[in-house]
Amino acid sequence: MNILIAAVGGQGALLAARIIGSYAQLEAQQVKVSEIHGMSQRGGSVVTHIRYSQEVHSPVIEMGTADVLLGFEILEAARSIQYLRPGGILIVSKQQIQPLPVLTGAATYPPALLESFENMPMTTYAVDALSHASELGNIKVANTVLVGVLARRLSADPNHWQEAVAESVPARHRDLNRKAFDFGFALDFSSIDSRRHRQKEALS
Amino acid sequence: MKRLMLGNEAIARGAYEAGVRVVTAYPGTPSTEITEYAAKYSELNTEWSVNEKVALEIGIGSSIAGARTMVAMKHVGLNVAMDPLLSVAYPGVNAGLVVVVADDPGQHSSQNEQDTRYFGIAGKLPVLEPSDSQECKATMLAAFELSEEFDTVVIVRLTTRVAHSMSLVETAERMEIPLRDYDTRRGKYIVAPAYAKLRRVIAEQRLMDLEAFAETTPLNRAEIRDTRLGIVTSGIAYQYVREVAPNLSTFKLGMSYPLPRKRLLEFAATCDEIRVVEELEPIFEQKLATYGLLANGKDRIPVIGELSPEIVRKALLPGEPAPESTLKLASLPVRPPVLCPGCHHRGPFSVLKKLGLHVAGDIGCYTLAAFAPLDAMDTCICMGASIGMAFGFEKARGREFAKKTVAVIGDSTFWHSGVTGLIDIVYNRGITTVIILDNSTTAMTGHQSNPSSGDALSGTLPPQLDFIALARSLGIESVREVDAYNLVELEAVIKEEVEREAPSVIVTRRACLLKRGVSPPGPPHIVDADLCEACGTCLELGCPALSMGQSVAAIDSTLCAGCGLCLSNCAFDAIHLSLVQDSKVRGQS
Repeated sequence: MNILIAAVGGQGALLAARIIGSYAQLEAQQVKVSEIHGMSQRGGSVVTHIRYSQEVHSPVIEMGTADVLLGFEILEAARSIQYLRPGGILIVSKQQIQPLPVLTGAATYPPALLESFENMPMTTYAVDALSHASELGNIKVANTVLVGVLARRLSADPNHWQEAVAESVPARHRDLNRKAFDFGFALDFSSIDSRRHRQKEALS
Repeated sequence: MKRLMLGNEAIARGAYEAGVRVVTAYPGTPSTEITEYAAKYSELNTEWSVNEKVALEIGIGSSIAGARTMVAMKHVGLNVAMDPLLSVAYPGVNAGLVVVVADDPGQHSSQNEQDTRYFGIAGKLPVLEPSDSQECKATMLAAFELSEEFDTVVIVRLTTRVAHSMSLVETAERMEIPLRDYDTRRGKYIVAPAYAKLRRVIAEQRLMDLEAFAETTPLNRAEIRDTRLGIVTSGIAYQYVREVAPNLSTFKLGMSYPLPRKRLLEFAATCDEIRVVEELEPIFEQKLATYGLLANGKDRIPVIGELSPEIVRKALLPGEPAPESTLKLASLPVRPPVLCPGCHHRGPFSVLKKLGLHVAGDIGCYTLAAFAPLDAMDTCICMGASIGMAFGFEKARGREFAKKTVAVIGDSTFWHSGVTGLIDIVYNRGITTVIILDNSTTAMTGHQSNPSSGDALSGTLPPQLDFIALARSLGIESVREVDAYNLVELEAVIKEEVEREAPSVIVTRRACLLKRGVSPPGPPHIVDADLCEACGTCLELGCPALSMGQSVAAIDSTLCAGCGLCLSNCAFDAIHLSLVQDSKVRGQS
């Protein structure tokens, strides 16, 4: 299983990766996670790779081989879309964070990215993670809401996931993250804007 | 049970299990977490040293005094520590001394891509190279054995991808390694020529012994599979080779200097053809050539940048189909890293830009001020260089030029290696103005303590070194302290100090907003749509909370830290506090 997280520095991609990595450890013989630290974390683009299987050598995912792309921000999901294999799953937060060149007017935020996703050969789940997190009491747990959505796509049983959340999140944030995870996990397919998924279901 | 660990955490774990007692380091991406994890073990006496040279000198002392010691740094940190490293190369060690150096291929967070294997060659010091977290731990244990057996400093070389990847690690108990006797052999530790010439001969013999060791150590291993093509490789490159071409034979060098000549010749004889896959410089490739082995590598693997499975696949399996991405989107706007909303560095740099001064900058978060829209830094070369360089401008172009120049340096970088430059200016009668941006932490690498931050890794509360008192004690008469958010005062003070016919120091103060326990300077601000003229002046601050809306500027209240800099910059008074009109909250005086 190859999962790529595409995010903006500061959105909590490291924590999400650690939850997924911790889950993967309960599921597979081998797990590797590749993180980004340092300068890029200051509001720049960050990608985190998670791979688990019977045998894993490279900690980074090859282009065109990610099974899931977990995008914490629309533009960042778009930037990493070439990592996803055809037929893969895109879970993307509907959040938009304007990069500096857009803020200063030197560039424009590409319009209609969500629509372009839906016309690609993959299954897209667009999640209003920021609003959900805000309703839960802290916009910072948008990452864990998205991990919850991912978890449901990977397995029907949340047990290992809940264990992973408990293990990866510092005690003082644990309850809120648990809630956020459960919320994301419980999000119904129908409440998620996924035209292609519905199409696929209609066909089957 | 196996634990998922960052390569850097596994290095710390290895040090712990190897019975290490002392750990010293200066933070630097991608090496920083080694020391942070080491500090979690109470058995390890761990410190953030003032710089890498001091870190290694403490390490050498600690080794001679009998304790196994690890010193950690990033690749360019090794340049700072080069004097002690090459000077201790002949004397060797008492208790094991291992220097862990993390290279940054791809320059994710660095000014260059230097390959630390060359430094092992320069010092005749063995270099070990792990390729995943389990090997990081095992390599540390092997490194301490090697260090003591061969009486040498050992370099463990990591790269960003090994340091910052997590994989599973089997942990073990800590070995109880007793403190060795304090080693008083003067002929060993006094490098006066009479002694050092004798040690020079010993070092050469040691290198030959290490070559013999390389022939037998399990750190190096031939893995024979399909023998039509054999790959000589090390570190993360080994993992990429195994990933994309699992059937090929490999010779994995866990010890990348010195090389096992006989075993490599044997491997070459077993395979129809051999190639080298190595990240950065063609060090193995060139060495194999001296054995008479034709092993191409850099004809297909670039010397520039970080390797990837894609690059290795293309190099090893050029004719074969590769996974292809059919999903693509047209060119997207880049997202460069930026100074955080409310960052106190924004104030001084916006003033420097306004005044049009020549700015010799330095290394830290504030280097981001070199880019648009702040665009307020002319140079940034290496840690601490700003001060000496600004004085260099003065030497070359005279006092009038110096009056249009400032050096700008952060608190941690100043202690690291800026202070010597300041002493030089005083001693050699310069007039250069130095601005110290004091945010009370080493922010860029993740908020490590430093000599003026008031905290330390050991948990003790050390005295806070005082820039003002220091500058005065050096004989600098004009030493000013300014609130970094007060643009009016900043501008007045900078103008005054650059004109001065004597060296001066300006300290701008505000704690980094990301540091634990620091609250935002004020409530979020809002734009008054009736007053905003959409002139865009506020956007020149490069604050991620500010943007141009449909017809007026907009402030993202979830990002705004309430620093008030945009308010100070607005000519139309169109920016207000959203909640209370309390100027003290913003810290304006």
